[in-house]
Amino acid sequence: MRLMSKPHSARELTGLLKAPTGIVGFDDVTLGGLPAGRPTLICGAAGCGKTLFGITFLVNGATLCDEPGVFMTFEERPEDLEANFRSLGYDLNGLAAAGKLIVDHVRVERSEIEEAGEYDLEGLFVRLGFAVDRIGAKRVVLDTIESLFAGFTDQAILRAELRRLFGWLKERGLTAVITGERGEGQLTRHGLEEYVSDCVILLDNRVEDQIATRRLRVVKYRGSSHGTNEFPFLIDEDGISVLPITAPRRNLAVCNEIVSSGIPGLDAMIRNGGFYRGSTILVSGVSGTGKTTMASHFVNAACLRGERCTFFSFEESAEEICRNARSVGLDLHAHVAAGLLRFEWARPSLYGLEMHLARMQRDIETFKPAVVVIDAISAFRGPAGDVQSILLRTVDLLKSSGITAMFTSLRSGASRDEGTDHGLSSIMDSWIKLVDVEENGERNRILYLIKSRGTSHSNQLREFRMTDRGIELIDAYIGPEGVLTGTARITQEARDRAAADQRERESNRRQRQFARRREAVRRQIEELEAALQAEEDEEAMLLGEDELRDATLKSDQAARAIRRRAAE
Amino acid sequence: MNSKPEIPVARYRLRLVIAGNSERSRRAIENLQHLCAEHLSGQVDLEVVDIYQRPELAEEYQVIAAPTLVKLLPLPVRRIIGDLSQEDRVLHGLEIVPL
Repeated sequence: MRLMSKPHSARELTGLLKAPTGIVGFDDVTLGGLPAGRPTLICGAAGCGKTLFGITFLVNGATLCDEPGVFMTFEERPEDLEANFRSLGYDLNGLAAAGKLIVDHVRVERSEIEEAGEYDLEGLFVRLGFAVDRIGAKRVVLDTIESLFAGFTDQAILRAELRRLFGWLKERGLTAVITGERGEGQLTRHGLEEYVSDCVILLDNRVEDQIATRRLRVVKYRGSSHGTNEFPFLIDEDGISVLPITAPRRNLAVCNEIVSSGIPGLDAMIRNGGFYRGSTILVSGVSGTGKTTMASHFVNAACLRGERCTFFSFEESAEEICRNARSVGLDLHAHVAAGLLRFEWARPSLYGLEMHLARMQRDIETFKPAVVVIDAISAFRGPAGDVQSILLRTVDLLKSSGITAMFTSLRSGASRDEGTDHGLSSIMDSWIKLVDVEENGERNRILYLIKSRGTSHSNQLREFRMTDRGIELIDAYIGPEGVLTGTARITQEARDRAAADQRERESNRRQRQFARRREAVRRQIEELEAALQAEEDEEAMLLGEDELRDATLKSDQAARAIRRRAAE
Repeated sequence: MNSKPEIPVARYRLRLVIAGNSERSRRAIENLQHLCAEHLSGQVDLEVVDIYQRPELAEEYQVIAAPTLVKLLPLPVRRIIGDLSQEDRVLHGLEIVPL
């Protein structure tokens, strides 16, 4: 028995060895992969991805787990397989040349075969055994062994031989995938589930409203716990991926970090200066109110911080968004070129809702963005309950990954009902509503920040304009005549300015008046002071004269005294 | 006098693939030898392959069941599986109308 190769071994409590398939999500659903050393039955109708599952299992085994594999095909020719899977980037010839893969085409041609007596399927055993030994294979895929039932008439021999084959696979410790066509009333047309009892996986491709959704279900997994739900899975240019979205992952880390909306005026409306990282923001508005432009600002800001962003667009193409963003001065092309920004564009009608979610999840898990924009959720059409459930799960997915997400939602022009956003507004952390106001023959855009959980924010509306330097928020004019926007606001502002000028002139005039009066008073003071000075001078002069007279008097007396003494 | 009308003029080229020296393998060889002697009057180029000895040939010869008798010539290629105990079926498979 080979050793389990990371990373789920620790999570498996039963001790059952598992062979990872390397299929995104599938190893999560089955807590590690397929049962190692045992056969697994993959059943489903034609075209539901059984062969792809088998090939992926082998290719990933050979490339990721160093486990060579044998692919025994009863239907497609190896050349066809090689060509079909080259488009997924699987180099079957290369792996074969490297001794990691053997593709053996078992041709079962009913018209060529005549049965004449007893036989067994030893030829098949020898072929398989030889191929396994030649490259030391650990994995085997038989696709689909049910073709044998068409080639051989003796069902009793066939069934006995199949039982022997599965026993033989187990004995050799080979992890085997056996595919089987979906049958009426049973899992496979020929009841293969009877022989393969360890693990049974059902693939399904259902069409509802002309939209196909692939689903996968683990019917049975002996000795192991597994997800029991139906999981949507994708087949696209990256191969197969299963999406365990209903798996509970509520380990939501709450973050206090703030991220900017990319619009300074909007950040300023929120006391913390932006949105919490990992929160979800809904931008709703009627057509042409600038939802996508707002989202473009948001991703632009994130890319400038060096964070990865994924922009899921269900309306405009990447080129259109970039071009339109350029007109408001945002260079999204540069971020795409720098590998920070990825656009994922899809028409809403291209897949079912489940598939859209599955695709988003796959893209998010591979690119690991910090910021995601979904433009626009209103593009999803379907029964309201389904749409809401998908959106709820999308929000869950984003939150559990700690991704800050902005959803845009188109509101139909007629309804101003705030409850129509697919019931989504209640699970959003922030809600920005864009409204256009038609007045005086012009339309102006107004922004409300309806809510922003966990942070105080301005409850006032703002007018916003798209300039070639981006979105600018302007305090809307709120005056006695109500809210004014656009030209009306400008006119009102001009009127206000004129009034202010008038007031200023008035004030200047009054100031000049005051200055003049002050001047007059000052002049009076100067005159009085001059008079005072004159008085003082006069007084001093009189005083001087008195003193002189006294002195003269005294000197005269002294002179007289001298003269008198001289006469005696 | 020409050859018997039910036997085509072309020589037969047959390959018998067996899996080991089992009872069934031996029976198949015996049945085939008997049949060749009886109906093909020795105009047969027969090759016996044991896939236990030459497992690499199992894929090359597109063998699933054992024993398998492959009629290589005349064309078209046909496969007759089993121990060849049902002679009429073998002849049918070889496109020989039984006597």
